Amino acid sequence: MAAVRSLPHRHFDALIIGAGGAGLNAALRLADADLRVAVVSKVFPTRSHTVAAQGGVNAALANALPDNWHWHMFDTVKGSDYLGDQDAIETMCREAIPTVYELEHAGVPFSRLDNGRIYQRAFGGQSQHFGGEQAARTCAAADRTGHAILHTLYQQNLRAKTHFFDEYFAVDLIRDDEGAILGALVLDIESGEPLVIASKTTLLATGGHGQVYRTTTNAFINTGDGMAMALRAGVPLQDMEFYQFHPTGVAGKGMLITEGARGEGGYLINSDGGRFMERYAPHALDLASRDVVSRSIVTEIREGRGCGPNKDYVLLKVDHLGADVVHQRLPGITDICRVFLGIDPAKEPIPVFPTAHYAMGGIPTDRYARVVAPARHGPEEVVPGLYAAGECACVSVHGANRLGGNSLLDILVFGRAAGTDILSYVAENPHHRPMRDAYLEPSLDRLSRWERRGEGERVADLKAELRRLMEEHCGVFRDQATMAEGVEKLKGLRARVENARLRDHSQTFNTARIEALELDNLVDVGMATLMSALHRDESRGAHSRVDHPERDDERWLKHSLYLRDGDRMDYKPVRTKPLTVDSFPPKPRVY
Amino acid sequence: MTAIRLSVYRYQPDSEPSASNAPKSDSESDSRRPKPYMQTFEVQAQPGMMLREALLAIKEQDETFAFRHSCGEGVCGSDGVNANGTNCLACITPIADLKQPIQVRPLPGRPVIRDLVVDMTQFYEQYRAVDPYLIRKDPLPEQEIRQSPADRDKLDGLYECILCGCCSTACPSFWWNPDKFHGPAALLQSWRFLADSRDQATDERLDALEGPYKLFRCHSIMNCVEVCPKGLNPTQAIGRIKELMLEQSV
Repeated sequence: MAAVRSLPHRHFDALIIGAGGAGLNAALRLADADLRVAVVSKVFPTRSHTVAAQGGVNAALANALPDNWHWHMFDTVKGSDYLGDQDAIETMCREAIPTVYELEHAGVPFSRLDNGRIYQRAFGGQSQHFGGEQAARTCAAADRTGHAILHTLYQQNLRAKTHFFDEYFAVDLIRDDEGAILGALVLDIESGEPLVIASKTTLLATGGHGQVYRTTTNAFINTGDGMAMALRAGVPLQDMEFYQFHPTGVAGKGMLITEGARGEGGYLINSDGGRFMERYAPHALDLASRDVVSRSIVTEIREGRGCGPNKDYVLLKVDHLGADVVHQRLPGITDICRVFLGIDPAKEPIPVFPTAHYAMGGIPTDRYARVVAPARHGPEEVVPGLYAAGECACVSVHGANRLGGNSLLDILVFGRAAGTDILSYVAENPHHRPMRDAYLEPSLDRLSRWERRGEGERVADLKAELRRLMEEHCGVFRDQATMAEGVEKLKGLRARVENARLRDHSQTFNTARIEALELDNLVDVGMATLMSALHRDESRGAHSRVDHPERDDERWLKHSLYLRDGDRMDYKPVRTKPLTVDSFPPKPRVY
Repeated sequence: MTAIRLSVYRYQPDSEPSASNAPKSDSESDSRRPKPYMQTFEVQAQPGMMLREALLAIKEQDETFAFRHSCGEGVCGSDGVNANGTNCLACITPIADLKQPIQVRPLPGRPVIRDLVVDMTQFYEQYRAVDPYLIRKDPLPEQEIRQSPADRDKLDGLYECILCGCCSTACPSFWWNPDKFHGPAALLQSWRFLADSRDQATDERLDALEGPYKLFRCHSIMNCVEVCPKGLNPTQAIGRIKELMLEQSV
């Protein structure tokens, strides 16, 4: 590997790692304010996984039914099983409204109502009047809302002349002696050459890590890179035990079938043809919160009422809605069913199973998207120069369970918030901190570890084993013994990854090297997930313990923090106080 | 399980010619540079298998094999390749539809970086050249800009483009003039904004397309329509731009 001094250096005001919705919305804010912004992405920006979001983005516009940001806030707090931070949730629900208008002005081709306003559909966990009738809060561009938003944000960044480093892989953050973040070491995938990007501020916007599970709605690129970079820089990960299994992934394959399919009137049936959600959520039925619906599906299957020859899935019916609604409102779903199942959903029901989908946890931040970690003066001290937004971050607005339509909202609101705070940080800290060779050594060591030659286990085999392990030991239903065994196995696997070897040491577009670096990241986030889940002996939101089936607010109304050094757990209080309204105190959660 | 046979384009720019599987060249000077070659692989068939899964199975066998891919469901646009002479997205192309041995090559007409990975720089430059973003001149309203469902319907078949490049790299006019002709993908985006009732830069957009190359190199060969994995119709969009130009000039 190149000597430190000979490495090329570039200098920017803001470095944004990840070009999904969070990264691009932050970049747009900054480039429009004439900052020098670098966006580093391991794929061309429009390949980022925001592109796959289907159903829509929540905002209380009240275009279709009466609505109010405060009702949105109530639903989000309840959906979070009261683990969400209410100051951040208030911020998000208030900001949702101008954020969606801003997107529309930027060109997003939202579907429309007859009066020309943005089309809004019903989604799970949405109510009017704090738990009353179903609301319709999800702004949609057919069922391709993420695609429409991501392309629009990329296009606006082209207008704003943002500097893109396409197909550069971020290896690690660069941290100085005082704990401030000075930028990152990145790898040009095409040339294989490392590059130092020195920046006054760094935003991690790297998305999720669904690839840690065997069956997932997530793309190949979703490997938790930013979360693992934060861990290696000494920052803990928060609430990693809360991982969402989307109720309707295509059974056995994992492609996402949007909650919008149920929002448009679709429902689930078991092998008896029975609409089983009537028994689990008598009021909200199929539009109960995702954790509730996923558990109901798994319970039906465990009790022998699954469909198909192996009784291992349930069916999602939309055929009763008519071909017009299905093909016009759900064209992307129609394509997925035709291509991967050979069926037309307007005629036949879709086989579905709960599928690994979304991380509620991540890098702890405050509502300005500044990364906070325990330090001398308390559990939430700002890490100078470091920001995080989107799925890789934990603000926390989703708490123990995210509502559908709140993830696109999260990336947009807190991506923009990061941009706003970076503007003032750079104004107050106009100079780069001094860079020393020693700060680069850990990240260069990480690269050179994979340059070792000789015999050793293969990356692909270890990755497959990791993904099976996480599925078996940290799925929809969890218990002490299974998870404890999982932790031991994962510790063994982690040691084996240390000694794994690449066969391919070439420079030009070496995807094997990238996959090895991604495996390091997956192992770190997998351990964070399992350790956090093992220690929380209650059931809350997506974290469902068969050995501890009740929520325990007395002991567990607090955020988990996992630290990589020594695999330690720490905890901090939930922010139950909103900014301007009364707190929503914990209540039993029924739908 | 039956085996699937694929013949895959290999180009390993860093490899030593002697160490590679490439056939030896006669000429002394040529032999110093690695040469592309076709390599045959066999992989196990799976029910409902897509071409991407076969390529992943090859990568299991040979870690040095490089190709781009990500979402696996035809929305990210990473894995455009040429299979049996036709451009397609590997992740939504069923193996069952392809005659074996399946010939898999990089998208045509672009410089090859490695194996199936091509340099798409010019393709993206042409996209940028059409100013692919909404331009408003009026002050923005406090709420959304109103748009009727009928006007919104005009964007269907346009906004869904995923920039995979299957169309432009199947276009002979783009092969000849990738530096001057915008190509079908970029022109589809040009029409996407011309067709948007909210956009207020029609004159500037049309003026920028004047001249013999940018728009008018399209000879309606329609390869783009044949190959688009999203079922879009760039030739029709190009026709609409020409009609609008004619309308505006009279």
